[in-house]
Order: sequence, then structure tokens, then C-alpha cells
Amino acid sequence: MSNPILIVKNLTKTYGDNVVFHDIDITVNEGDTDVIIGPSGTGKSTLLRCINLLTKADSGQIWLDGEEITVPGYDEDFVRQHIGMVFQNFLLFNHLTALDNVKIGLSKVKKLDDDQAERKAFQELDRVGLADRAQHYPGQLSGGQQQRVAIARALAMDPRIMLFDEPTSALDPELIGEVLEVMRKLALEGMTMLVVTHEMGFAREVSDRIIFLEKGSIVEEGSPEELFYRPKFERTREFLWKITELYGKKESED
Amino acid sequence: MAELWEILTRFFPEFLKGTAVTLELTAVGLILGFVLGLVLALMRSYGPKGLRIIAIGYIELFRGTPLLVQLFLIYYGLPSLGLTLSQSLSAYLALGLNSAAYQAEYLRGAIQSIGESQMTAGRAIGLTRWQTIRFIIMPQALRLVIPAWSNEPISLLKTSAVVFLIAVQDLMARGKRAATITYNPIGSYLAIAVIYLIIVFAMCEVLKWIERKTKIPGFEAMSEKIK
Amino acid sequence: MNVSRFIQYIASGTAYTVAVSLISLPLGLILGLIFSLLYVYGGKILERLMSIYSSVMRGIPPIVLLFILYFVVSGSINLSPFWAGSISLGIVSSAYQMEIVRGALLSVSGGQMVAARAIGMSKLQAIRYVIIPQAFRLAIPPWSNEAAIVIKDSSLVYALGVPEILRRAQLISASSRQPFLAFITAGLIYFLLVFLTNRLLDGLEKRVRLPAHP
Repeated sequence: MSNPILIVKNLTKTYGDNVVFHDIDITVNEGDTDVIIGPSGTGKSTLLRCINLLTKADSGQIWLDGEEITVPGYDEDFVRQHIGMVFQNFLLFNHLTALDNVKIGLSKVKKLDDDQAERKAFQELDRVGLADRAQHYPGQLSGGQQQRVAIARALAMDPRIMLFDEPTSALDPELIGEVLEVMRKLALEGMTMLVVTHEMGFAREVSDRIIFLEKGSIVEEGSPEELFYRPKFERTREFLWKITELYGKKESED
Repeated sequence: MAELWEILTRFFPEFLKGTAVTLELTAVGLILGFVLGLVLALMRSYGPKGLRIIAIGYIELFRGTPLLVQLFLIYYGLPSLGLTLSQSLSAYLALGLNSAAYQAEYLRGAIQSIGESQMTAGRAIGLTRWQTIRFIIMPQALRLVIPAWSNEPISLLKTSAVVFLIAVQDLMARGKRAATITYNPIGSYLAIAVIYLIIVFAMCEVLKWIERKTKIPGFEAMSEKIK
Repeated sequence: MNVSRFIQYIASGTAYTVAVSLISLPLGLILGLIFSLLYVYGGKILERLMSIYSSVMRGIPPIVLLFILYFVVSGSINLSPFWAGSISLGIVSSAYQMEIVRGALLSVSGGQMVAARAIGMSKLQAIRYVIIPQAFRLAIPPWSNEAAIVIKDSSLVYALGVPEILRRAQLISASSRQPFLAFITAGLIYFLLVFLTNRLLDGLEKRVRLPAHP
């Protein structure tokens, strides 16, 4: 049963003369983990930011849970309550403890009362394995820990879909594993996820679908097996093996 | 508005003379402040403990008390100790001594930014401490300090306005005179305010030009807001 | 004239100096806060207006502004020199405080705003719960400097006849024929006030400092 949570149609974005991406069509079904891969600078980040309306695309349409969110005047803040986003640079609120970082969306945006917010925040922190760091400030946490708090912060809002923008690219190698582990768990629990990443191991093992984006358009998409072993285009094959070489294989081979 | 123009035109020659006095006060204060400030900065950064303490004491005292107090101390206070200075001289001295404290801090910041590693490099090729300071550190410090230092001429110009209280005939004094003659204080003071604005604007442009011309490519510009 | 009466007379002006400062500094803060929020978040037109306000107010000597505002304020409402002077100094300070707050707001990284919007906060909520708390910490050192300036500039109301420290020193220097001592005393009192204020704000800065990696 495929229930599309996110549908993107004909999305185009230009900055002046530069076309960042054009005519992008993506459908993410409920419970799926879709991964976007591609060379740096192809607008993958911008694409994600257009999906949760942080940036306005120039043309095209986006539906979340069947409702078109690109109609003019649609409540953007409301949309962002239902789409979770995790950034490359974590972007935790520096003046708040880990717990308060997760809690603030619950108290100020979802307007839960203090007890409820505190309890749920704690739950989410625990879910990412950081309950014991609740009172620490971002400055006191490692990169991997900060990113996990950032994931908890996004999860706390109970989003319909989670967007990940190169979540491990800013991490030291030994810290990448703990974040990927959390993401793998999430995927197994059935969270709908759209992930931009270079982590091929994760893409191959966890994703339901891989989308290869190059020079602003989708070259190819398909299941991991299809893309890794029977890619339709030479460019796809080239990119995949180049990137796998660079980033290595951390997970088990099949 | 029409009155403003009327006052400006009527008192133009007087205001011009007042502007000259104000600019003179600023220039003298700036130069005096620079020379003394440089000495203080060197004392502060490189001097033995005794000199360091004197420098710190001077800087803290002059930055921690109002210029007016310093001015009155010099003009009204010194005579009772036997040293009587004219109004102009008192004003020059007060502005110079005051500005020295601030300029010393700007320079100290620049020296610190350059600091240790350059000193090490200089000593390593056999230069004495003093030679390193003179030929390696100071040339860089003086270039580095320009952005922050460029606050000082403008600050001095504005500060100099208070010397009218000891009857120095600067622009503010002329404004006051115009106010008593025309019975229009608001118009008169607005008139000189406009003139001050024009001078400040012109000064800003000149300073920006200097900054651009003296920029060392790749050199981090230090920005310190002390005043 | 005996020493303690001498010092006491000058020191009694301290109440006025402190009072002037306690009116003008907070007034400058409130106005400065509002203006800077308008400056940073208010859109192109407000940005232009506030920029002009900043350039004009900071390009005119404080004493000139004090005189203009004093005559304007006391011309429209019947206020004592003390009140008119304090309010005028507050307005003067607001331009400098606006720049301080603006600097602090802009120093908070843009990513913080993005992250706040990403969890569904409105722009207003983001400013209130995420940006301002962080900007506040960044603003303390320059604000401490401004506080010192306001205390020192309070001496300008001397020209309006307010019986603060400097005027008292002036008055007693004539009658006691000890001007040097009088102004040294005045200077020391100002110095103490500035010193204590800076110490206080240093303490505040340490207390609200965010813990970093040990």
C-alpha cells in the first residue's frame, strides 16, 4: 500500500542566470526512506529547503499529505510543524540545554503545557540515546551528540516526514556512526524520510529508493539494487563507484 | 526651517570662524593624543612593571572620568597650584590628554593582535627587542589600527564641543551667541548641528578613503568599539 | 573649610548624577531596543529611516543635541532641567544603544533563525525565543561601555544648572578657593561610579555566560 506523504512536481529554482534545479518530480511514500545523491553544488540542499518552504521555488507544486502547500498564502509555519529538518551544521539553539532545545518547539509552537512538553522532550532525547545529556549545552557536546539532539528536536514535533540535509558531512569520521545508527533505527520504525547524503553504505542498506541528481535534474532513480548493480546510465555508475571509493564501506558487504 | 536658513546665512562668517577653532582643537587634540597614546601603548605592552602600572593607571583614570572634569581641573584647578594656562591651551591639553588614553587602547589592541609570533620571528633573526618593536611590530600595528582608530577623530570633534564652557570660541560657543542674540535657541543650535553633521560626514568620507588606500590585502582588520 | 564638609558637599551631587544616569540609560535602552528591532527586521524603508536616525544622532556632539532636545522638551512640557536633561540624554544614548543591539542581533548566526523556522516557529517567535536571548549575551560588553559613557555624559547637564557632582565642585571651588581639590574629588567620585558599574556588568556577563567544553 503506497500512500504518498510528499509529492513534488515540476519544481524549478533559479538564482539569477543560474538554474539550481529544474522540473524535479519526487514522490515519497509513507514509511519509505528515499535518498538523494549527487555531486556537490547540484542544489540538493536548496531542494530540501524548498520542500519545507524555507526557500521559495520559482515554479512547480508540492503536496504534503494530499494538500498542496505551494498555493500562495499557505501558512508556512504550519507546514514546518509537520516537516522535520536536520541540518548539516546541526544548528542547535546555543543558549538552551539539550532538553530545552527539544522542548522549545513543544511549548512555544505546539503549545503543550510545561509538564507535557518536558516529558515528551525527555522521551525523544532518550530515543536518540542522550537522556543523560539533557542538561548539557551544545558547547559541551560532541558533534555527533549535537546532531542527535537536532534529530530529537525535529522528531519531537511528530512530523509526517523527516528531511535530512547531509547530516553527517560536518562530523569527524568516528562520530558518523552514532548518527547513522539513529537514522537507521528511525527508518526501521517506519518514519518517512528524505535524506541527502554521501554515505553510500547507508543508502544501499537502508533506503527504499535512491535518486541521483546531477546538474539540476534527476538523472535516474530506483531501488538500491537497481542503481548500484544495474544502473541505466553511465554517469550514474561513474558517480556511485567514485563516491563509494571515497567514503568507504562501513557496513557489511552483501 | 526658514528660520534655520536665516540663522545660517546671518551668522555664516561667525560660524565659519567657530568651525576653524573646532577643527583646530580636534587636530591638536588628535596629534597630542597620538604621540602620548603611542608612548602609553608601548609602556603598557613592553614596559617594565612600574611603567606598565603607570600607563594602566593613566588610561583608567582618563577613560573613567568625564572630559569636562579634566577640563575644569586644568583650567580652574591648576592655577591654584601655580600653573595658569589660557583657555585655548587648557582646551588643547585636556583634549590631548583625554584622547591619548583612548588612542593608547586602540594601539594596544593592534599590538596584541600582532604580538608574540612577530616578536619571536624578529628575535630569531637577531634583532633586539626594541628593533623588533620599531621595525616589525609597530609598522604593522599602525596599519592594523586604522579602522578602529578612525573613530577617534570624529569622537574628538564631538567631544571638543564642550570647551565652550570655558569660553573657548568654538562652533558651539558661536551657536550659543546666536541663540542669545536671536532668542531662538532651537534654531541656533539646530544650525550648528547641521554644520557639525556636514563636518562629520566629510571626515567620514576622508577616513574611509584612507582606510581603503592603506588596506593590506589579506590582513584581518581588527574592530574594537571603545567609544 | 573643613575637609569632610567639603567632600560631603560635592558627594551630595552624586544622587543627581546617579539619578540622571538611571533615567537616561534605561530610556536609551528601551528606545534603542525598539529602534534596532525595526532596523534589523522592519524591512527596507524602516532600515533606511533608522540608518539616517543613527547617522544624524551620532554625528552631532551630545552637548549640542542636549541643548536642542532640552529646549524642545521644556518648550512643549513644563519640565525641570533635571527631567528635561535626563530625557534628552536618554534620547541621545538611544542611537548608540540601537547600534549596539543591532550589532549583537546581526552577530547571532543566520543559521539560528533558519533552525527556528524549521521547527515551525514564526519569525516573531524566532526573534523572541532564539535570537534575542543570544544577542543579549553578546551585547553586554559594549553595553557596559555605553553605561560608562552615559555616566560621564551626565556631567553635561552641568550646563543646564542641575546640581550634580560637577556643578557642586564648581560652586565649592569658588567659595573654598580650593579648585584643584574640588575637581579631583569630583573626578574620583565619577571614577568610582564608572568602576563599580563596569564591575557589576562584568559579573553579569560571567553569570550568563554559556558553558562550553570543559
